[in-house]
Amino acid sequence: MRHPKPLLPFLAAAVLFGFGLLAMVNVGCSRRNDADSLAKIKNRGKVVVGVFGDKPPFGYIDRQGRNAGYDVVLARRIAADLLGDENKIEFITLEAANRVAFLQSNKVDIILANFTRTPERAEKVDFAKPYMKVALGIVAPDASPVSALAGLGGGRTLIVNKGTTAEAYFTKNYPEIKLLKFDQNTEAFQALKDGRGDALAHDNTLLFAWAHENKGFKIVESNLGNADVIAPAVKKGDTVLRAWIDAKIDRLAAEHFFLNAFQTELHPFFGDSVRNPDDVIIEGK
Amino acid sequence: MLHALELLWQNAPLLLDGLWATLGIAAAATFFSIIGGALLGMMRASWNNAIVQAAARAYLELFRVIPILVWLFVFFFAVPAASSLDISGTLAAVTVFSLWGASEMSDIVRGALKTIPQAQYDAGRAIGLSGAQLHLRVILPQAVRRMLPGAINLVTRIIKTTSLVVIVGVVDVVKRSQQIIERTKEPFVLYAFLLLLFFALCHPLSRLSRRLEKRFN
Repeated sequence: MRHPKPLLPFLAAAVLFGFGLLAMVNVGCSRRNDADSLAKIKNRGKVVVGVFGDKPPFGYIDRQGRNAGYDVVLARRIAADLLGDENKIEFITLEAANRVAFLQSNKVDIILANFTRTPERAEKVDFAKPYMKVALGIVAPDASPVSALAGLGGGRTLIVNKGTTAEAYFTKNYPEIKLLKFDQNTEAFQALKDGRGDALAHDNTLLFAWAHENKGFKIVESNLGNADVIAPAVKKGDTVLRAWIDAKIDRLAAEHFFLNAFQTELHPFFGDSVRNPDDVIIEGK
Repeated sequence: MLHALELLWQNAPLLLDGLWATLGIAAAATFFSIIGGALLGMMRASWNNAIVQAAARAYLELFRVIPILVWLFVFFFAVPAASSLDISGTLAAVTVFSLWGASEMSDIVRGALKTIPQAQYDAGRAIGLSGAQLHLRVILPQAVRRMLPGAINLVTRIIKTTSLVVIVGVVDVVKRSQQIIERTKEPFVLYAFLLLLFFALCHPLSRLSRRLEKRFN
């Protein structure tokens, strides 16, 4: 460029642009909470549910290309009881890091994506009653000298996923442990197999399933952090839909819906790594 | 090998569904990039108005400096939240990739036009060509040759970058592969498939761009 222009106006424009976007998001999030969400779903004739597509046994795509898993069974039951047909449902495939954004921008009605309830998240979304519980676990290769959390000191690398409870827990409580972060579960577990980290931390339920499927790996911790619960989430302030889901979960627990779902959806994946279903599911407590 | 082919064959409907999404977004974005980039590039090359130039430059810089991932967030989450427009993931993806492609394409078009020597314009005028004739018959044929390598390179970049669309809930061929990996625990087969697929999509384009470059030099 022959006439270099001062950088300042450009920077100023960029900063203004950024604040403009922030303002837009804030306006958008504070609006549109008042409509009756149940009526909206019924008028639309389908409920839009955010689930995972790559996290068996909770949310995955089966051989026929259909959504399946423990979360999905509950989602279909909600559609059946709300709209009279379990197929009146649209599944949106989510990533761990974009779940809150999908709810905040009205892209989904309910999130059933293995969503752990935390105080931080509860400020941004409303959780209904839990249908599962989970703590953090750590998995490592059988041959690894790491046999417990304490073994992770001394420059060892722990693999976690961005935006998950595991990332938050280790960042806060064990800042000295070196973390290697990935966006996708697929990448994280592949990195462990490739030896790019010494161990991998994730929700214990996911690890039970993974260690059952992948020989040569051991669960070294299965109950870290505060035993958290997993619950459906709705948009902040959507009390109508949340109350409906709460009542539904109470009734489903009474008919042992979750125990049945454990047997059909989870047990084939966990094998004997979980002996008591109550270690994983919650029946109306 | 047989096992790998069987696995891919069993999951062909899912992979094709993802490939369709990938190619659809890339093709639509390429189409709009060419149209938008050509218009904007010609404007930047010939319209010497300070405000127009600054606006075009700011547009280009915004898409160069801010990651595509952020733009996808803006169009999919921020814009609908603020405006009550319902923008689907696919629409957001096509919009972002088109705007990005058009901004890059405009620079390629402008660069090509700027390299046409002033003498070509003068000579065209001297033999009595009208403005339209001059541009269509003399300037564009020369400029298009100079744009082609850069433009084709941009298309391969668009194809490769489409894998970012998972963030807005679009299930492309990369995400489909990841879903299949999680169910079948066969990462190598599927990543090998992706490697060959993207190679098969992008390499011929890359070759074409090199051949054209050679021929025009």
